[in-house]
Order: sequence, then C-alpha cells, then structure tokens
Amino acid sequence: MIHVTNLTKKFGENLAVNDVSFHVQKGEIFAFLGPNGAGKTTTIKMLTTLLTPTGGRIQVNGFDPLREQMQVRRQIGIVFQDPSLDGELTAFENLDLHGVLYHVPRKQRRERMEMVLKLFDLWERRGELVKKFSGGMKRRLEIARGLLHAPLILFLDEPTLGLDPQSRNQLWKQVKHLNESEGVTVFLTTHYMDEAERVAQRIAVIDHGKIVALGSPTELKEKTNTGSLEEAFLALTGATIRDESATSVDQMRQFGKMWKR
Amino acid sequence: MKTIYILWLRELLRYKRSRVQIIASLGQPALYLFALGFGLGPVFMKAGNGSYLQFIAPGIIAMTILFSSVFAGIGLLWDRQFGFLKETLVAPVPRLQIMIGKTLGSVTVAIIQGLLVLIVCLIAGFRPANWAVIPVALFFMAMVALVFGALGTAIGSTLQDMQGFQLVMNFLVMPLFFLSGALFPLNNLPKILAAITRINPLTYGVDGLRAAFLGLSHFSPVTDALALAAVALLLLLLGSYSFSKIQI
Repeated sequence: MIHVTNLTKKFGENLAVNDVSFHVQKGEIFAFLGPNGAGKTTTIKMLTTLLTPTGGRIQVNGFDPLREQMQVRRQIGIVFQDPSLDGELTAFENLDLHGVLYHVPRKQRRERMEMVLKLFDLWERRGELVKKFSGGMKRRLEIARGLLHAPLILFLDEPTLGLDPQSRNQLWKQVKHLNESEGVTVFLTTHYMDEAERVAQRIAVIDHGKIVALGSPTELKEKTNTGSLEEAFLALTGATIRDESATSVDQMRQFGKMWKR
Repeated sequence: MKTIYILWLRELLRYKRSRVQIIASLGQPALYLFALGFGLGPVFMKAGNGSYLQFIAPGIIAMTILFSSVFAGIGLLWDRQFGFLKETLVAPVPRLQIMIGKTLGSVTVAIIQGLLVLIVCLIAGFRPANWAVIPVALFFMAMVALVFGALGTAIGSTLQDMQGFQLVMNFLVMPLFFLSGALFPLNNLPKILAAITRINPLTYGVDGLRAAFLGLSHFSPVTDALALAAVALLLLLLGSYSFSKIQI
C-alpha cells in the first residue's frame, strides 16, 4: 500500500530524513516510532503530499505524492499531530466542509457523517461549536473527519497526545475496529509504546532521520533482548533527551528557497 | 465551485458568530467619524470646502473595508496557527480554488462591514447626493474589498507567525489609509505626497466612493475603476502565487 525507497529530506543543512526505506501492506496497522525530532512528522508530511522530498521515491497505493498529488490525497485520511478543526464551526459543519473538499456526494456525505459521528460517540453533540469540546472529543472528531471520505489509508500523527487514559483506550478501540471492519490501512506515530504494542502489527523505529529497526513488537524485543517495547525503544535510540533539531534558521532558509522557486 | 462555495460560507459563518468582533470593528470608524467629522468640521467649512462629515464618510467606509479585508486575508495566519490550513491544503482540490473561496469570503465580510459603517454614517448625518448611484458605490466597495482581500491573502500566505502582524498594521495598512485622501482633499498637495497618493490603490477606491456618493471626484470614476481592476488582478495573481507556495 505504501512503498518508500531511499527517502531523504533536508532543511538547510539539517538532514531530517536520511535514506529511509520501508513498505506498509494493505490492511496493516504500521507504527512509526522515534524520539522528538527523529523525522516522523516530516516523513508523514512527505507521504501525504505536504512536503516535497529532497530525494528518494514514494508510492501511495500506486501513486506518486510528488506528481500525482490529487490521486494520493483521495486515497488518504489524516489526523495531524496538532489540532486542525475549526473551533468556530460545529462538529457537523466541520465534517460537511471536509466532505465537500473530498468530493463526497451530498447524500452519501450525510450518511457517512451520521455513521462516523455515531461511531465516535459524537452524534448528540453534532450541533455544538467545536471550541466547546474537550480535548478527547476534538481528537475523536478529527479521526471521524479523517474517515468521512472512506480513505484506504489513515495517517495518525500522535493522535492520543494530551488525552486521558480513558479517551486513549476508546480511541484505539475504534481505530482497531475500523481497521478490522473496513480494512483501512493505518500508519501511526505515537510516543506511547504500550499503545503501539497493543495495536500495531509492525513497527519501524526512526532516530536521527534513519530507520534503526523494523519488525513486529515481539521481533523488536527479541532483537534488543528486552522485556518491553519501551525498553527495546530505549535500547535502540538511547536515553538522551532530544529536542526538535530543525532550527528557525533552517526554516528561514527553507522559506527563502521556496520563494526562489 | 462547491469548494469555493463551502470556503466562502465558512468565512461568513465565522463572521456571523463573532458578534463581539462585529461591534468592536465598528468602534474605530465611528470614532474617526465623530471625532474628525465633528471636530474638524468647522475648520473645513471655514476653508470653504463644505461639510467635513460629508467629505470623510466615504473615506471612513473605505477604511473599514480596507481593515476588514486585509485582516480577513491575514486570517490565513490564524488558520495556519490553529491548524485548519493543513486540513484544506491536504484536500484533493486545487489550491487556486481554496484561495478564491477564502478571498471571496473576505470580500463579502468586508462589504458587509462597509455597509454597516454606511448605516453609522447615515445616522451621524451623512447624506448621499443621489441614492440612485448606490449600486456604483457598492461596485467600488467590492473593488476595494477585492484589492485588499487579495493583498491580505498574499501577506497571510507569506507570514509565518503572529509577530509579523503588527509590522503589517503599522507599516502597510495605516499608511495606506492615511495616504489615500480619505481624510484630506487631493488638490494642492506637496509633490511627494501627491505622488504617493497616486500609487496608493486605496486613493482610487476612496475617490470612486466619493464620486458615487457625492458626485465629486479627483480622477474620473472610470479611471478609479480601471486602476482598482488592474491592482486587483495583480494582487490576485500575487496572492495565488504566494498561496501555491505555502508549505506547512
């Protein structure tokens, strides 16, 4: 479903993603784990057409995100790391807007909206402004929105960040249910190792822009001779605390380049 | 068309729900109108230029549209900050449609604001010379909104954070207003000031509105319309280019 070959992304002198290769099978739940600034979000942005790679090749369900942006965008649903709902609109209006942007026909849109809102226990609150929602409700609504147009692949970039254990538990239950019932391929990133271990069939660990390990949770634990995925993760990436490594100067350079193009 | 419509509708829904902002945004034009209109009115009349309130009302309406459309365009910055921009940029729709929908939303909101200020002006005592030319006034209001809505979109696409907002306000929006002839006649200005007012697109908007409301203008209304149309086209192209280059 997703094929990534020698993918590279540079911001100025900073190599955010360094020669990364992996593939995700159809119907698989694939976790992409790494410390802060390891290159997870940059990789997701390249897979979802939001960033242009510096080098390498990507295929999303047979389409190239660089040359076939619209085709790729029709295949995918995304839940971003940061909130991306319009708080001044109601839940229903947010979904309706999304449905129009993704060319879902009116009748089908209404049916899908009802289905996903009920699935994520938000049907009763559909007429309320999103700014009045709790963090957990907003997250659930974002996932519901990501699924509205029935995507083949769902990208979840740290979807449980800032949620309480109850909301996290409910959210993963629903994601797993969707994966099983609708066959949606899920590509996720998270900092919660227990979550990755619980839902993902395979895990790639990325550090300093490079994939340092790839396999099932059991394989990663065996490879590192550890008892838990968290220990395996620390064994693979070290215990040093990381910061985001792209500085504002790097970002300015990137901005300058954008204008030159 | 559906994409343009839904993004236009979003701007209107957001505007409709921000009642405090609607009332607050009427404060500044009302202050200018009452403080300057009545404060400087006697001096203006003594100089033989007639009613200052009549003179500045079209300028105040143009100012309202300028502020409203630029800020609505810069609203992209808020969309970027609060994440909504990503939702639209990753959708399978051309960016040009997104930009047009958003800009048309800004234009509509700015025209509504302009009409509200026109009502305030009428309450204050402003009287158009001829009600029949109100559609011409609406045309100039729409053109001013389009020019500065496109400018706002171009700026909003380029700015990366809120810090640039004050810069735009102090070094672009306020000079555009003060150097447009909104507050003073364009006759007998010092050469430098006259030259600056001539390259300021708001000058033609204010002049066009004065022509429509009062039958008085410095340039001809056709010149005003053509100048605004040319700048609108240029800024729409610039806005589309800037918007197409946004990376999140």
